[in-house]
Amino acid sequence: MIEELWESTIESLVGLGSVVRFLLRLVAEVPRGLMRIDLVAQQIYNAGALSLVIIMLSGLFVGMVLGLQGFELLQRFGSEEALGTAAAIGLVKELGPVITALLFAGRAGTALASELGLMRATDQLSAMEMMAVDPIRRVVVPRFLGGVIAMPLLAAIFSVIGIYGAQLIGVQIMRVDAGSFWSQMRASVGLSDINEGIVKSCIFGVACSLIAVYEGYYATPTAEGVGRATTRTVVTSAVVILFFDYLITAAFL
Amino acid sequence: MRKSRTLNLGTGTFVLLGFAALFFLTTQTTSRGLSFGSKPHYDLTAKFDNVGDLKVGAPVSMSGVEMGRVTKIGFDSKEYKAVVTMRMDERYNQIPTDSDASIYTQGLLGGKFIGLTAGGADTYLKDKDQIDFTQSAFVLENLIGQVLANIAKNPSQSDSAKSAPDTPAAAAPKATEKKQ
Repeated sequence: MIEELWESTIESLVGLGSVVRFLLRLVAEVPRGLMRIDLVAQQIYNAGALSLVIIMLSGLFVGMVLGLQGFELLQRFGSEEALGTAAAIGLVKELGPVITALLFAGRAGTALASELGLMRATDQLSAMEMMAVDPIRRVVVPRFLGGVIAMPLLAAIFSVIGIYGAQLIGVQIMRVDAGSFWSQMRASVGLSDINEGIVKSCIFGVACSLIAVYEGYYATPTAEGVGRATTRTVVTSAVVILFFDYLITAAFL
Repeated sequence: MRKSRTLNLGTGTFVLLGFAALFFLTTQTTSRGLSFGSKPHYDLTAKFDNVGDLKVGAPVSMSGVEMGRVTKIGFDSKEYKAVVTMRMDERYNQIPTDSDASIYTQGLLGGKFIGLTAGGADTYLKDKDQIDFTQSAFVLENLIGQVLANIAKNPSQSDSAKSAPDTPAAAAPKATEKKQ
């Protein structure tokens, strides 16, 4: 029993260590990866542009729910005008980065992991090595960079659409005064709030992309292994995102 | 070629949208506006006995028009007073030297701001000048404490008709107290 516990502890430490080493290896290759900017652009398209629809739709609905719930709650205190502030702060600091990262892990992370896993399973990665092409440099780094670049942009788009969603419900339907909605928001949202959101989404972007490419690259080369790698990508990303979310929020307070 | 064109278009649109969103967040949801570089301004200071919960960034206004912002709240350890530095917009450079600065509250529970009232002098405040006439923040707790102390002091009179004008009278000097 204790033996098993010890084994699994060691096993998870080994896993963590290899993720960190993989990250260092990726970071070392980043300058060279940026030289092949066309490959990176392709991946920004895959990770970012193709996630745009789901991000925008979710942002709109999250904003609308926030408008509805926020209005309901604030109305009890007679301060509906604070809806703009509540929605903007909630979206920019918390919901924008976190929900975008969760969706990103589900939409782009799984795609990355299964793609790399399938490359591993069909020996494409080994074939590249045979041709003296470093698969990390040629395949993994552009995908990683694409994710890292796309994520903060997606989070910003999510927040903006969300604020418009809240405005749609609050101002157009619940008849909160449009002037006080925007002016109270401007008066109480500071640049530090925006910074917090940007820092969060950048860190989530690195974490999600890293987990996805790691799981895919080291997937067991079987159909089952690829499936497991995709599942693990989503589960690990979700936990890591929420953990880092707490850490960063605490650091910014 | 065709495929790479749509790819570039998609990537370009996405990146543009992303940066537009970031731009919107930093300029439209905050009070920064489009203030690249700094507008012409001058600094004024004022010493207050008590600034309450005045924050850096609070507006400084006269007749309800915002003329500047609080940039620094320091402490003068010789006079035991709070030293508030205000950055005023250069457009409003005709504030008489004997104007006075008071700390007000926005709404009942809102944040604090500094309100200036114009004096009658025909010389104007310049950069690094000090506003001599100030009035401290209105601290609700002090007022309540004063009223309670007053009631405790004369409990027999507290519910008689006589104490009715007494209570506001005790409160009034605190609220309108003016330090030179």
